[in-house]
Amino acid sequence: MSLFILVALPFLGALLPGLMNAAGRAACAGVTFTVSLAAFIGLLTNLPAILAGEVVTARVDWIPSLGMNFTLMLDGLGFFFALLILGIGLLIIAYARHYLSRNDNMGEFFTYLLLFQGAMVGIVLSDNILLLLVFWELTSLSSFLLIGYWKHLPEGRQGARMALTVTGMGGLAMIGGMLILGQIAGSYDLSVILQNRELIQSSPLYLPALILILLGCFTKSAQFPFHFWLPHAMAAPTPVSAYLHSATMVKAGIFLMARMWPVLSGTPEWFAIVTTAGLVTMVLGAVIALFKHDLKALLAFSTVSHLGLITMLLGTGTAFGAMAAMFHILNHATFKAALFMSAGIVDHEAHTRDIRRLGGLRTLMPITFTIATLAALSMAGIPLLNGFLSKEMMLEEANHTVLFGTPWLVPALATFGSLFSAAYCFRLIGHTFLGPVRDDYPTKPHDPGTGLWLPPAFLVTLVVVIGVAPFLAEPFVKLVTASVLGDAAEVPKAYFKIWHGLVPALFMSIAAVVGGLLMMAIFNPALRFWDALPRPEAKVIFEAIVAAAARLAQTLILPLHNGSFTRYAAIGTVAIVGAGFYAWATGTVGAPTREIQAAGIVPIVGWTLLVAATVALVIFHRNRFLSLILIGIVGLMVSVGFVFFSAPDLAMTQFTVEVVTIILLLLALNFLPNRTPVESSLLRRVRDMGVAIVGGLATFALAFHYLLRDAVDTPISEFHLANSYKGGGGTNVVNVILVDFRGFDTYGEIIVLGIAALLIYALTETLLDGPVRARLLNRIPDQPRAGDMHPMMMVVLTRVIMPVVLMVGFYIFLRGHNEPGGGFIAGLIVSIGVVMQYMASGFSWASARLKYPYHGVIGAGVLVAGFTGIGSWFVGKPFLTSDFTYVRIPPFEKFELATAALFDVGVFLAVVGAVMLSLESFSRLARRAHTDDNDHPMDIDPSRDEETPPTSGTAQEGV
Amino acid sequence: MELLVASAIGVLTSAGIYLMLRLRTFPVILGISLLTYAVNVFLFASGRLTVGAPPVLRDDMTVYTDPLPQALVLTAIVISFGMTAVVVMIGLGAFLGSNDDHVDDQPEGSEGQP
Repeated sequence: MSLFILVALPFLGALLPGLMNAAGRAACAGVTFTVSLAAFIGLLTNLPAILAGEVVTARVDWIPSLGMNFTLMLDGLGFFFALLILGIGLLIIAYARHYLSRNDNMGEFFTYLLLFQGAMVGIVLSDNILLLLVFWELTSLSSFLLIGYWKHLPEGRQGARMALTVTGMGGLAMIGGMLILGQIAGSYDLSVILQNRELIQSSPLYLPALILILLGCFTKSAQFPFHFWLPHAMAAPTPVSAYLHSATMVKAGIFLMARMWPVLSGTPEWFAIVTTAGLVTMVLGAVIALFKHDLKALLAFSTVSHLGLITMLLGTGTAFGAMAAMFHILNHATFKAALFMSAGIVDHEAHTRDIRRLGGLRTLMPITFTIATLAALSMAGIPLLNGFLSKEMMLEEANHTVLFGTPWLVPALATFGSLFSAAYCFRLIGHTFLGPVRDDYPTKPHDPGTGLWLPPAFLVTLVVVIGVAPFLAEPFVKLVTASVLGDAAEVPKAYFKIWHGLVPALFMSIAAVVGGLLMMAIFNPALRFWDALPRPEAKVIFEAIVAAAARLAQTLILPLHNGSFTRYAAIGTVAIVGAGFYAWATGTVGAPTREIQAAGIVPIVGWTLLVAATVALVIFHRNRFLSLILIGIVGLMVSVGFVFFSAPDLAMTQFTVEVVTIILLLLALNFLPNRTPVESSLLRRVRDMGVAIVGGLATFALAFHYLLRDAVDTPISEFHLANSYKGGGGTNVVNVILVDFRGFDTYGEIIVLGIAALLIYALTETLLDGPVRARLLNRIPDQPRAGDMHPMMMVVLTRVIMPVVLMVGFYIFLRGHNEPGGGFIAGLIVSIGVVMQYMASGFSWASARLKYPYHGVIGAGVLVAGFTGIGSWFVGKPFLTSDFTYVRIPPFEKFELATAALFDVGVFLAVVGAVMLSLESFSRLARRAHTDDNDHPMDIDPSRDEETPPTSGTAQEGV
Repeated sequence: MELLVASAIGVLTSAGIYLMLRLRTFPVILGISLLTYAVNVFLFASGRLTVGAPPVLRDDMTVYTDPLPQALVLTAIVISFGMTAVVVMIGLGAFLGSNDDHVDDQPEGSEGQP
């Protein structure tokens, strides 16, 4: 299966569980399982190539200029991790189906799970580090959703937030590191980077890149000192813990360290940082785990400890260490996921995970006991189980590792960590399952249904099989190791064996197991000692840091951001003018190259009207109705100006938009007060006037300056003028630019317009649902209502004129390609025609006669435009390539058919829909305000004149 | 003529800024509308001023005005209608919700005027 499909499958599949939610829990889990299974099988189809030592690649250039390409690569390492992700994913899905209760929204859970799965597969298959970063962040986000899945639990929300903060910060650091790495290597492709070991390690930027990347890895894989988020993430449902926090996500950091191993490892810096962090994490996690009473917390810290172990192995920088690390990843994934699932079963059946309240479950839950015991013994490093093998290898490697010039340090600490590791495994078995049967469990536990125990049983079978017959796993692990090592080192010859002879590692192992048993014997005094020990609480420290950061941000931002729009606007204006002035004063100003054109009487009159209306608007702005009239004059004069300066399309657009804007403002003014009170002091008004005059002078100067100079370079318009007819098939260049040359812009613009209209609709709905509704119902209009709400003259006129308006709109639309006009203008004209019906005949009369919802019209417009654009794909052209031809149908003249016209239909529909939806929303508010709006046109308001009998004017119906 | 257009832009901007700095929503909306005019004319004027040469291809014409600013301003006009409508709706919603059409946050405790 193509790698693209492999990565895309979980993402696409994530759409399904939500849809299947209504079909029941089994269907929901079934479809998720099927999606994962398909991806799993798709992965396995690549197995022959991997076994043959090939690297499967797939590549699509995405943003080549940034070096960001969608390149995927599947080698042994990627295959190994993808196998873990998809394989364990399948088991987890089966398990979660039975684990989640009826109250849980299963569709939501599986959607998040598939998103996570897709992101993880994306990480391990990425061949481009920028792409890898995208998937990396996606895992942080989807794991946030999964940890906080039980939204009602505060621990879940806090844990999710903490995990997102820590891994997000790490991700941020890693972005920096990866960018540096890409700069050094000159490419963001992993396959190139991995070839440049010498170049990267000799670069002075190697250390910063290493530290930043390791920050990302350490936070993700919960290495000391970032280990604290993982136990808190255990508030997640157990399937999530088993999947994310033992088998997959926390291994992402380790995966990346393994991936980068050929280029980053082997230096003293790498060795010192990674080995130390791993060692400390391993010992610390093991010690804390022993004293945790919550089963999942114990497992969480044991995971931290084992991740430390793997990190340490990678840190040693030897080929043997890398091989041991890979083997332990496999083993840890099997036994730890099984243990988490067992803990989930215990929780599910006994309704507690507190070890102190458990014990004696051996006879009550024999199946769970068997599974958990085998997995835990494997974790403790008991022979014939797989954990023993990789732990032996770890101890062997530790024996050869010299840190800080002290040969005994690493072996001693490794043994010490193993000792505690064995101890908590024994405690897990002993205190949960062994001992006498108790009678105070929250509920009487018994073995669960097959669905819950089969997935962990499968994993434990693997634990035993690998443990008994390690040679089965050997070729695969060596294959994976080979792709980790790359060209940097040879795969070690060492065989996987249970018995290596009386080597030091064996004695260390024995010491650890015996010590672990002894530790259990003195557990109670040890626990008392531990409890008495003062320990820093990571959560408290974390929250203190977060609170301090929030306080700092508040003290910085709140004084600047005080909620005064007026202040922002003033500061913004002054700052922009200041920046412009600086540019003006420091740049060079060329001499004028254009003559001033003489102004005739017409422009001067127009200018006078415009300026007079504007000045009057400022003076009389407190009278809101008057100011509407004045702004209408301003708009009108602007349209006239457009006509004068050779822009007929603009003039028509401005003119029609003016009409709808004024109607809109009138509708709003219906509710707002009619006058603006005097509030600001004289000083303040003078100050504002100063700011305004400075701003005006600045724009004047800028406009005047460039009006007298030619463009510094030939404008692209030359191309448009030359190709408009030849390439676009239209003589109206403005329209051809809109629907053809820059059709993509126009497409975006109609979408924006549609969104604006939908936003208005949504706001209206919110208002009408909320407390405003009652206020509107009780509102007493501050103006006397008109006596005849729907004057007969106007009703008749608008209805008669309607077909004419539509005809004009149609005409303007059709001629748009060659003469001034087009979809935008036609849309506005038709909208005005419809609005006139609303105004004259009333809202209910008009809306009863309109069959199409305006949302639909907007959507249809965007879709028509979009499909027109997509249509060009079918002939192998880029999106929105237009084509045209001339046809002649007798007896008509020859006329042109252009795909651009279809696009313009989309524009037309979107404009009509958006304008009408906005205006309709406003009128709906008004309608709510005085609900006695009559269904009949041309009615006389009976309440105004009590003497008139209330006939509600039905007689006039049907003129 | 250049002087007329440039000064018109300046006057529109001045009036727009002044109204934008007022305290109630309605004048602010008017101010933004005036600024929209100013910006649109400004952008349009970046194609320089040409009289009697609309960018509609004719056989007997060789000089046309710059069509690109026109196309850009055309969509800008329509979009600015959408934006005005949204701003008006927000202002209206705020007024209907709190009976107060101040633009700025009012100090705590001071209820809107009736």
